[in-house]
Amino acid sequence: MRTVRKTTTATVLSALALGAALGLVDTAQAAGAIEGGGKQALNLEAILMFFAFVAATLGITWWAARRTRSAADFYAAGGGITAGQNGLAIAGDYMSAASFLGISGLVFATGFDGLIYSVGWLVGWPIILFLIAERLRNLGKYTFADVVSFRLEQTRIRSLSAIGTLTVVAFYLIAQMVGAGKLIELLFGLPYLYAVILVGALMIIYVAFGGMVATTWVQIIKACLLLGGATFMALMVLIKFGFSPEALFARAVEIHPKGGSIMAPGNLVTDPVSAVSLGLALMFGTAGLPHILMRFFTVADAKAARKSVFYATGFIGYFYILTFIIGFGAITLLMNDPEFYKVGADGAYNKVTALLGGTNMAAIHLSNAVGGPLFLGFISAVAFATILAVVAGLTLAGASAVSHDLYASVIALGRVSEDREVRVSKISAVVIGIVAIVLGYIFENQNVAFMVGLAFAVAASCNFPVLLMSVMWGGTTTLGVLIGGFLGLVSSVALVVLSPAVWVKTFGFATAPFPYDNPALFSMTIAFVGIWLVSKLDRSARAKIDTAAYEAQYVRSETGIGATKAVAH
Amino acid sequence: MNQGDAVGTPSYDTIKNDPQFQELVAKRSRFAWTLTVTMLLIYFGFVFVIAFAPSVLAIRLGSGVTTIGIPIGLAVIVSAFLLTGIYVRRANSEFDADTQDIAGRQK
Repeated sequence: MRTVRKTTTATVLSALALGAALGLVDTAQAAGAIEGGGKQALNLEAILMFFAFVAATLGITWWAARRTRSAADFYAAGGGITAGQNGLAIAGDYMSAASFLGISGLVFATGFDGLIYSVGWLVGWPIILFLIAERLRNLGKYTFADVVSFRLEQTRIRSLSAIGTLTVVAFYLIAQMVGAGKLIELLFGLPYLYAVILVGALMIIYVAFGGMVATTWVQIIKACLLLGGATFMALMVLIKFGFSPEALFARAVEIHPKGGSIMAPGNLVTDPVSAVSLGLALMFGTAGLPHILMRFFTVADAKAARKSVFYATGFIGYFYILTFIIGFGAITLLMNDPEFYKVGADGAYNKVTALLGGTNMAAIHLSNAVGGPLFLGFISAVAFATILAVVAGLTLAGASAVSHDLYASVIALGRVSEDREVRVSKISAVVIGIVAIVLGYIFENQNVAFMVGLAFAVAASCNFPVLLMSVMWGGTTTLGVLIGGFLGLVSSVALVVLSPAVWVKTFGFATAPFPYDNPALFSMTIAFVGIWLVSKLDRSARAKIDTAAYEAQYVRSETGIGATKAVAH
Repeated sequence: MNQGDAVGTPSYDTIKNDPQFQELVAKRSRFAWTLTVTMLLIYFGFVFVIAFAPSVLAIRLGSGVTTIGIPIGLAVIVSAFLLTGIYVRRANSEFDADTQDIAGRQK
């Protein structure tokens, strides 16, 4: 029993290392690297600090609930978030426990290869800024479906966008819930099911009562804690080496079993098709994540939207540099200390794979090594807070798609009061939370490693093409978006199912019909060509309305004239 | 809801025919696409070197263990930040000033 539990913990923590999720990690190696987990002893400092965080965020939720009166408050914090706050909140929404523990763990295990992931995770942000952010702010109100359906037919387009949103949210949420349950079990000694229920209950409370205002502040606080904690750890590492990276690397090369090879690319990238496909999914998937796109409606105008991407890129880039230092610090400070390892009877241990709790625990152990039990408690609590902030953002995005897109526009055809729409959104948040708890429970012992990769692939292949084509090309028609977007969604999911990650590793077949783990190169092409071709061939009456309405949309998207203004409080 | 914001509905025709609007859109789109392509080239350049010539990144700097791959990887991260900075700087001054001029003529 115990061994089974350990292996599952290992598998799922490796899921947290999105590396494996996106299929370019040498999976055998990654899986091996996490062997030998085990529950941490009850960690009192961590629990106290975690409760302090929960108490603070519940206080904020109470405060936010009193300020949340209108639909604009609930979905978009009344547009009253400043660029700096939004930059932090975006960073808090985006930097998951996967980036923190997964990338530092990957650096710990492989060195340079960890950097390749960080880079992929960051480069989507400039693209969002150059092509999407201000048009989104100028055209939309609460969800990205507002933008896509600006001139296209509301009912069908919003249905498609809502399905795209909910698909991304579902896969992302399952991966986060399972990861959260395993992580909390490991860090706090709390049983898996309780941990999943706790996470689900908190995210329901934040979203249902506090809406976007509470979600934003949870993300801001989490971003500050995470950036602060990671900065401290990186500083403590650098101090030990007199702020000389060369001294740090030299010591790491000396200690690491892989020696000098940790300073260069290993076998993370196998073939060019996989490399490009992964790169596309990372870059454009980021630009299609509904909970991220939603954040651009919380600021007053396009100017603030642009600035918030600039700040967010800075925070996220800085954070990834820190994780690189933390990973190398973990190599130098942990690998020679048997205290952090599952040591064999002969006193020997594998310096990479025998790390207690697996390689994804490298940053957690390092916090103990540089700051003692108190700091260990702090970083454990931060890891938990990190998950909460991400799932809250996802839940809000999912609830908004249900209430604002499906309920208000598709079911009630716009004939619904603001109050009622917000009430539906709150109920949806509760339902999504409960579904997430149930799915988290069901998937406890499943391999969810592919799910975050799938979420990014769907975002890149459905949400992003649909959004980009509707704002950039006047010829786009309702039918084109509908068919192209649907093909992108279906092909990305189907190709992932047929890929080695699912077909072979989850279903246990011998060979996968689709040889690449990431479908983005193919499914994005299908979506873009689909939208273009169907729009070109579309001779319907609706197509004439769609193309005729482009001019007004174009002027507004470029200038913001007529755009939704911030609500004064 | 979107199309229905009837309060002070601006005349999109006049804006579209405004030479300053056309100039703004042309220069901004040129600028945005140039930066987009730059980012794509930097990132996929990095990815292709890793895929086809990983040994290039393993070249050591001087006598130490630090390889050229480390500063290059960090440079990609920093370049993403700098490119967003370059865009925001111009968009929030020059482009926004143009937009205000254009909007001002609508009153």
